[in-house]
Amino acid sequence: MIPLILFYIAAAVAVGAAALVVTRLNASHALIYLVVSLLAIAVMFYLLGAPFAAALEVVIYAGAIVVLFLFVVMMLNLGRRTVERERRWLEPRAWIGPGILAAILFVEMMYAIVGNAVPTASEGVGPKAVGIALFQEYLLAVELAAILLLAALVGAYHLGRRYLSDRREEPSAPGRKEFPPEEASS
Amino acid sequence: MTAVAVPLEHVLFVAAVLFLIGFVGVLVRRNVIFLLMSLEIMMNACGLAFVAAGARWGQPDGQIMFMLILALAAAEVAVALALVLQLERRFASLDIDTASELNG
Repeated sequence: MIPLILFYIAAAVAVGAAALVVTRLNASHALIYLVVSLLAIAVMFYLLGAPFAAALEVVIYAGAIVVLFLFVVMMLNLGRRTVERERRWLEPRAWIGPGILAAILFVEMMYAIVGNAVPTASEGVGPKAVGIALFQEYLLAVELAAILLLAALVGAYHLGRRYLSDRREEPSAPGRKEFPPEEASS
Repeated sequence: MTAVAVPLEHVLFVAAVLFLIGFVGVLVRRNVIFLLMSLEIMMNACGLAFVAAGARWGQPDGQIMFMLILALAAAEVAVALALVLQLERRFASLDIDTASELNG
């Protein structure tokens, strides 16, 4: 019964944080709420008996993808009133909401660890079963995912490289770049 | 066989609500960064539905589908953020509507 309540709390945190992500005006604040939402979903995965998926959610989603977002947001804001932005970052008001939601998740996790309210990995679907199925039945899917990631790597490198080289050539004029004249339109 | 006997309907309801929030975000927001974040929320909702269904029957397939969604999300974010940099360079704006030149 107790893990059920934990699950509903995590679900409420996930939905609330997602709603706050969509309604924020500041991209950095929205990203903080996005991290909280992803952590709540990871807690839900763990309670559903999928510890490996929970770990991947935290490591890859909250760890890698959101940090990539954050890098781009910081990059785009570069040079525009950076000092004021830093000062605004230090305001506690921006941190209250994410802090409260993350504290709820933290209390839940501590309760689950200390109180042993959460199943061990043997009850759910453990990483071993996932690994066996992944590299036997789904081997073709793994290869296809590898090709997809390679294509994304090449594409992102191509698009980003032109951005970087253009910026190096004209460091003082990052504004609108003229389009080539339009061809005869239909 | 589920670790916690959460009813499957409740998990699917949560996933549907999350998906709806992301969908509304895609429809309402015009900033590309927020559009991508809403897409992430939608993909998470799909992954939650997959994992819940896999846990309901005690099979690892749901988690494998979630991993494939993860790889898809990583690839999508890498390309899309490079496109965001291009958009900012060409139009000096992150509004997705400025890039509607294919409209004719």
